[in-house]
Amino acid sequence: MKNDNLIQYIYSIADNALILGQRLSELCGHGPSLETDIGITNMALDLLGQTRSYFQYAAKLSEEDITEDDLAYLRTERQYRNVLLVEQPNRDFAYVITRQFLFDAFHLLLLQKLQNSADETLSAIAKKSIKEVSYHFRFSSDWVKRLGDGTDKSHAKIQDAVDNLWTYTDELFHNLGTDSELIEKGIAIDLTKLKEEYYNKIKEIISEATLSIPESKYFQKGGKKGIHTEHMGYLLADLQYMQRTYPNMKW
Amino acid sequence: MTVKLEQHIDPSLIPVLQEVYDPEIPVLSLMDMGVVRYAQLIDGKVKIKITPTYSGCPAMDVMADDIVAAFAEQDMEADVELVLSPAWTTDWITEKGKKALEKYGIAAPLEEKLDKAALLGNEKIVKCTNCGSTNTKMISQFGSTACKALFQCEDCQEPFDYFKCLK
Ligand SMILES: [Zn+2]
Repeated sequence: MKNDNLIQYIYSIADNALILGQRLSELCGHGPSLETDIGITNMALDLLGQTRSYFQYAAKLSEEDITEDDLAYLRTERQYRNVLLVEQPNRDFAYVITRQFLFDAFHLLLLQKLQNSADETLSAIAKKSIKEVSYHFRFSSDWVKRLGDGTDKSHAKIQDAVDNLWTYTDELFHNLGTDSELIEKGIAIDLTKLKEEYYNKIKEIISEATLSIPESKYFQKGGKKGIHTEHMGYLLADLQYMQRTYPNMKW
Repeated sequence: MTVKLEQHIDPSLIPVLQEVYDPEIPVLSLMDMGVVRYAQLIDGKVKIKITPTYSGCPAMDVMADDIVAAFAEQDMEADVELVLSPAWTTDWITEKGKKALEKYGIAAPLEEKLDKAALLGNEKIVKCTNCGSTNTKMISQFGSTACKALFQCEDCQEPFDYFKCLK
C-alpha cells in the first residue's frame, strides 16, 4: 500500500474512535437514565463521524480501490491499532464513565497538538473533532466527580473501575515504530511528550472526586501492535457481521 | 462576531439554497445555518461545498441529497462535496436563523463565554422558549441531537432544547 506509515498512523488514531464508538453504541437504549443514554449515544455518533473522516482520508491515501467501509469492516483483528483501553467491555456505568474519562483526557491533548500537524487533512479533522471532544471530556469528568463523591456504593464502584482500568493508561503514550519519520516531519505527534500533562490533569480530577490513584506500576500494552484482549474478537464479530455475511451490502 | 471565512457563494444560486432546510430542524435553511461554504456555477454545473455541523451528523447526507434534488427541480445538475475546513461554528448561524430557531422552540446559542457559564450551571441565562424566563436549568448536556443540550424552565416547567455554542 502507498503511504503505509501515514496510513498506520491514521489507524492508530481512528481505530480508537471506531472501537470506543462501537462500545458506546452497545449502550443505545440501555443507559442508566434517559439523559445518560442520550449523552453516551451522542458521543458514539461523534466518534464514528470522526472515524469516517479519518478513514476516507486513509482510503484516498492508499490509492487502492477501497472505501472507508473496507477499513472499518474488513480488516482482521491484528490490523486494528486501537489501544486496549477502548475495547474493554461495558461492565457497569462506573466502568463506562471511567474508560471514557481516561480516554477523553488523552484524546483532548492529542487533538490539541494534532491541530498543528503539518498534514492539512489531519489538522482539519483535529480542529473539527476537538470541539466535540471538549464536550465528551466535560461529560465524563463531571460523572467521575459525581460517582466518586456520591454515595458509598457509587464511590466503591468507580474506585474499582479506576483500579482496574488504570493499567491500560500507559499504552496511550506509545508511539508506533513507524511514527518516527512522521514525527520528524511534524505530521505525527510524539505521544511520549503528552504523558506528564495527562497524568497531572487526571490526577487532579480523580482527587477532586475523592478517589485514590492505584499504586501499581504494571501496565498492559499490545493493542497498538495488533495484539488485543479477548474482548476484541467479540466486538469485531458484532461490528463486522453485516459486511462479512452480506459482502458489499449497502444501507 | 461574524467571521465568514472562505464563503464563496454565487448570489444567483441563493434562492434555491434558501429553500433547502435542515431535515432535523425544518425551519432552518442551510443558508441560515451557515453550512454552505461554496456555491458556484462551473461549465453549467452547480458545484456546492458544505461543512458538517458535527462529525457524525447523520443529516449531512440528507442535506446533500436535498440540495441535488432542489437544483434538479430547476433542471440544473448539482454536485455536493463535504469539506471539513474551516470547521463550522455556531457563529455562522445568521440572525434570521437564530430567530427561526427560537420560534421553533430551540434556544439559540449564546456566545462562548456565556455558553460555558450556562452549561456549567454557573449562571441562569438561557431563556425559556416558551415563557421567556431565564429561571432555567440544564437537564442534560446532550439533547436529542449532538448539537443540542436539554434544558427545563423552572417557572413554566417546559422542557426545551438549547443549541450549544460550537467554536
Ligand atoms: Zn418557561
